[in-house]
Amino acid sequence: MGGQRATMDDRQHDPAGDAGGMVPVDQQEPAKARPGQGFDPADMASVLDILCPMHLLVGPAGEVLHAGPTLSRLRPHTRLTGASVLDLFEVTRPRQITAWDDLRPLQGKTLQLVFRDHPATAFKGCLAATGHGMVLNLSFGISIMDALRDYALTAADFAVTDMTVELLYLFEAKSAAMEESRKLNLRLRGAMVAAEAQALTDTLTGLANRRALDHLLERLCHGREPFAVMHLDLDHFKAVNDTLGHAAGDHVLRHVADILTEETRGGDTVARIGGDEFVLVYPKLQDRALLDAIAQRIIARLCQPIPYCDGLCRISGSIGTVLSGDYDRIDMGRMMADADAALYKSKNAGRGCHRFFRQVTDDD
Amino acid sequence: MHGLINRAIQCFVTDMHGPATWRDVARAAQLDGAGFEAMLDHDPALTGRVLDATCRRLGRPMAEVLEDLGTYLVSHPNIEALRRLLRFGGEGFTDFLCSLDDLPDRARLAVADLDLPALELQEIAPNRYLLRCLTGAPYRQDGGFLGFGAVMMGVLRAMADDYGALVVLDHGAPAPGCEVIEIALVAQDYSAGRRFELGRKAG
Repeated sequence: MGGQRATMDDRQHDPAGDAGGMVPVDQQEPAKARPGQGFDPADMASVLDILCPMHLLVGPAGEVLHAGPTLSRLRPHTRLTGASVLDLFEVTRPRQITAWDDLRPLQGKTLQLVFRDHPATAFKGCLAATGHGMVLNLSFGISIMDALRDYALTAADFAVTDMTVELLYLFEAKSAAMEESRKLNLRLRGAMVAAEAQALTDTLTGLANRRALDHLLERLCHGREPFAVMHLDLDHFKAVNDTLGHAAGDHVLRHVADILTEETRGGDTVARIGGDEFVLVYPKLQDRALLDAIAQRIIARLCQPIPYCDGLCRISGSIGTVLSGDYDRIDMGRMMADADAALYKSKNAGRGCHRFFRQVTDDD
Repeated sequence: MHGLINRAIQCFVTDMHGPATWRDVARAAQLDGAGFEAMLDHDPALTGRVLDATCRRLGRPMAEVLEDLGTYLVSHPNIEALRRLLRFGGEGFTDFLCSLDDLPDRARLAVADLDLPALELQEIAPNRYLLRCLTGAPYRQDGGFLGFGAVMMGVLRAMADDYGALVVLDHGAPAPGCEVIEIALVAQDYSAGRRFELGRKAG
């Protein structure tokens, strides 16, 4: 509102506000002492200027006799006094109000009005009659946010008892708190995504995933305990996926996970590290005969057809095994590559086979 | 201690002294992860550890650091929201001072579980005030707000600038559980101050 900015001092020196706002008090005394005689009109205006700074005193023909200080500040270049209320405002509710005579009977009712010129600020209003005409009191109501955008309002523009300033305080405080909560939610969502990425479980089968396997192998590498690693690759799995669909494939993978879990001890780890690739880790186990027996048992169970819907899924598995005892120095990359080589030999031997890496080289 | 207060300390150290300083402080205070969350509670002991670590890292006494924190809270552009909320307290600096009695209630209105110490303003002579910050027993049991008076010194100084008022502040002799600030208002309209409109983006 440019130079019209209101301050506490403006209000106190505002001629309409009457020297320090104190005068009405002693003028009210006689008014009280002589009930029924009403306020002097000038007196009335100065009281309303303080209590209802957005009021209009309206004469019998709907003409503005006096405008409250805040309302006057909204239209610094318009002379409100003397203008017709309905020339200044359009009444949007109730509808079909076109003349002052339509409006006058609506004392005490909720009115909605809009400035006819720009900015078309909306107001909530209420009419009340006095001995000297009518008072039309206005407030921004719910359009307060638009009003704040269009006018540089300060606390001095509102009556001391008006809750608008408190409302705005609450609005800003809650917005700030909400913004902090929103940021917290964003950070938590980020943390959740990160946690999911770092999760150690294969969501389809519930087995350990590659990350969990890497952690375990890393630990075993630096420990003194011997261990064995089996690399298992399903045979004919692609055919199941291609002919019966991915749901069948997922069913098979879960079935395989059950078999592998059942055929291993509690301290062993079964991990799914790829589509149909599994790694089994056996701490403290170096017995070739026992490992071969485990592998053969797993293969035998994998070869049994798996019922799915009305059909049967037929797969098998090939396994390559390495023993940590076969190495002078444990290098996990080397061990896994060797397990992979042993697996490859098993596949070449006609699938459904198990080979030790060491045995593979012996055979060669 | 409420996360907002912890977060305020973290933002103060980061914005005023750099992220590297904050990392040092967080490490020294054994604070894990990215730091404090404004909308979550943290272990009350953490706040004290972080403040101690900040003072050691900056090599400055606690009262000075806390006063700077108060100034930062009101004057740094990153947290304009707080300055605005405080300016809702009143049109002039005197109104603002009088509104301090309501500060804990106003804070609770915004964040229901934020429990700031009670503040009492007394006018002892024309334009001379005492602000009593009831930070410890018997007024409150948690003791987590000891030093809040120093923060308020910074807040008052910065708010006086914001209103364009000239004040002289003194950290008075403390009473049991109570920190006292003496405020002498030399001039209410000493400078233009910063403008405050109810709308955030008026005009």
